[in-house]
Amino acid sequence: MTVLDVRSLEVRRGGRTIVAGVSFAASPGDVVALMGASGAGKSTILRAIAGLDPIVAGSVAIPRPVGMVFQFHHLFANMTAHRNVWLAPVHVFRRPRAEAERRAQELLVSLGVGDRASAMPHELSGGEAQRVAIARALAIEPPVLLMDEPTASLDPARRGDLAATLRRLAADGRTIVVATHDAEFARACAHRVLAVEGGRMRDVS
Amino acid sequence: MTWNPVTCSLFPVTFRFTALACLALLAPRAVLAQQPIELRWGGDAEGGAPYVEADPADPSRVVGFDVEIAQLLAGGLGRTARFVQVGFTSIDAAAARGDFDVGLSGIEDSAPRRSRLVVTIPYYEFREVLTVRSADAQKYRSLADLRGRSVATLGATLAYDLLVEAQAREGIVPVTYEDDVHPYSDLVLGRVDAVVLDAILAQRGVRRNAGLTNQSAPLAIGHYVGILAPEATAMRDRMNVVLRDAMRDGRLEAIFKRWGVWNEDQPRLYARVLADPSQYPVAASSLSPSSDAAQTLSGPRTWDAARRYLPALLRAAVITIVLSCLSMALAIAAGALIASGRIYGAAPLRIALTGFVEIIRGTPLLLQLFVLYFGLAAFIQLPAFVAALLGLGLNYAAYESEIYRGALEAVPAGQLESARTLGFTEPQILVLVRAPQAFRLALAPMTNDFVALLKDSSLVSVITVVELTKETSIFAANIGSWVLPGLMCAAIYLAMSLPLARVARRIERGWRHA
Repeated sequence: MTVLDVRSLEVRRGGRTIVAGVSFAASPGDVVALMGASGAGKSTILRAIAGLDPIVAGSVAIPRPVGMVFQFHHLFANMTAHRNVWLAPVHVFRRPRAEAERRAQELLVSLGVGDRASAMPHELSGGEAQRVAIARALAIEPPVLLMDEPTASLDPARRGDLAATLRRLAADGRTIVVATHDAEFARACAHRVLAVEGGRMRDVS
Repeated sequence: MTWNPVTCSLFPVTFRFTALACLALLAPRAVLAQQPIELRWGGDAEGGAPYVEADPADPSRVVGFDVEIAQLLAGGLGRTARFVQVGFTSIDAAAARGDFDVGLSGIEDSAPRRSRLVVTIPYYEFREVLTVRSADAQKYRSLADLRGRSVATLGATLAYDLLVEAQAREGIVPVTYEDDVHPYSDLVLGRVDAVVLDAILAQRGVRRNAGLTNQSAPLAIGHYVGILAPEATAMRDRMNVVLRDAMRDGRLEAIFKRWGVWNEDQPRLYARVLADPSQYPVAASSLSPSSDAAQTLSGPRTWDAARRYLPALLRAAVITIVLSCLSMALAIAAGALIASGRIYGAAPLRIALTGFVEIIRGTPLLLQLFVLYFGLAAFIQLPAFVAALLGLGLNYAAYESEIYRGALEAVPAGQLESARTLGFTEPQILVLVRAPQAFRLALAPMTNDFVALLKDSSLVSVITVVELTKETSIFAANIGSWVLPGLMCAAIYLAMSLPLARVARRIERGWRHA
């Protein structure tokens, strides 16, 4: 069963073609790694899938809502880690506040940052902020989770933890697409590795 | 040099002749070198006819009865008159500093002036007159009929003192103007219910505005005098001689007749002045023609004055703080709307808002206040306080909007993007994420602006709102010194602005820990 289907994706920015002819599909439980050097077009593919950048040609079929974890996390600076997580369920998905808060706390605990719930974003370490950002993305229960350069702010030991976490999340039936330049991490977490080079893609797994 | 006996015998004659010839040649020049040939006299050409006004045919010249009295004085002293322009409200201070030899501009004789400056004998007697709309002529015959009503006058005049006294006694509301034209136009518009000014101004006001009536019973009697620096007593005495001569031989009468302000009060005044050769042949001023109420207007000691004016200053400070707080609230609300419109609005709205901001920032607040209060009066008559609130509030809204726009744009775009992927709508992003962060960034410049607004609120005195600075300048004019009023005023402003800065710091600190 295909949950994510990307066909002949083309993205241009400022008259320049950034990504062209990218096609891949993924099923529930898949962890797909888009691997390549900086500037290869990995982030642009993720942004186009998430609907943040307009596509010029091709198609993207993806169930909503889409979970996205940015390289720099982009947590809301004016609220605690906990509120970062329950804000969208309450204000966008109209969940009861108490239930959303309890669920947010559960997510934070499951990601190992339950004790940091009341911290402000600037008080979190890079790894903590990333796990809060993952919890925030998961709180809206997206079938597909997109992650941009998740290892950038992690030391090597933490990278292993993250790979295990992503495997566990995929095992629950989610589809995960990770853009990374870290080949070791890609091999550790992904079922499939797609190499991105000059805006084009080939399957290397 | 050798001594020659022949020339020696001739010397005394030659010497005497030469010395006399030299003296004859040098004498006028020597006298002129010791004494300036000009008589510098100060006046305010903005006061207009019949006192001093720029000649409509040649604006570089001044004409008016005060101009002719200056020429009369100069002629009597063997000098030529030269006009020095001085703002009416600073004329006492300029005289005390010696900016001119004599000030003449419809200056009222008063006890404070006598105590601070040297004044000439009076050269004109005027009556303080109550002017009302003709329809109210039967209803409002005296100040006692005007309880709870607004009565206008010119600041720092005998008429103002009269109104302050009537405020306590009759419960009228004095409204002060910076000029003598708008009291009458505002009376026509219904912004005030009466005007008290001297008869010359009142007659001019009634002539220029249809539908006004001057009540015949005078509220008080006053006199115009020349003012000189405190040490210029000798000059004053010489001027008094010239003035008395001009009273005797009819030259003053001719001047006042030429300007259409001669009346039967003047010969009576001149008779009293000529019968009494002393320095002060008449009392400084009297609140009613018969009473000896001059006491109530005489200058008390400075400390007494401070005690007497403190309640008025504090009342004015309340006006300042209430006006500033309301204006700032308006500025914040309107500024936030303008900033949002400029970021989220469609192109036409963005252009319109940018235009508004640039026009407001590019023109003086003073001009905006004039336009709001006097300029729009033909279409909509805003009460003075409302015009002040709108003027200050909208002016500061332009500045606030720029602060908020900058602060909103300073919130990292990544946070807005992540909010969009979570499904928030743009208004939700603004309210939940962007505005709270922008507000924290804006707080310090906002505090700064509020302190600036607190001080800029002093400008609203030009549209008759008596706030702290205006009250202080009235106080200063009445006691003839800025030292104590200035210190008291500064202390009250600081007492208002310093706690504000502390509150803002506390809020900022609170947010950092939140």
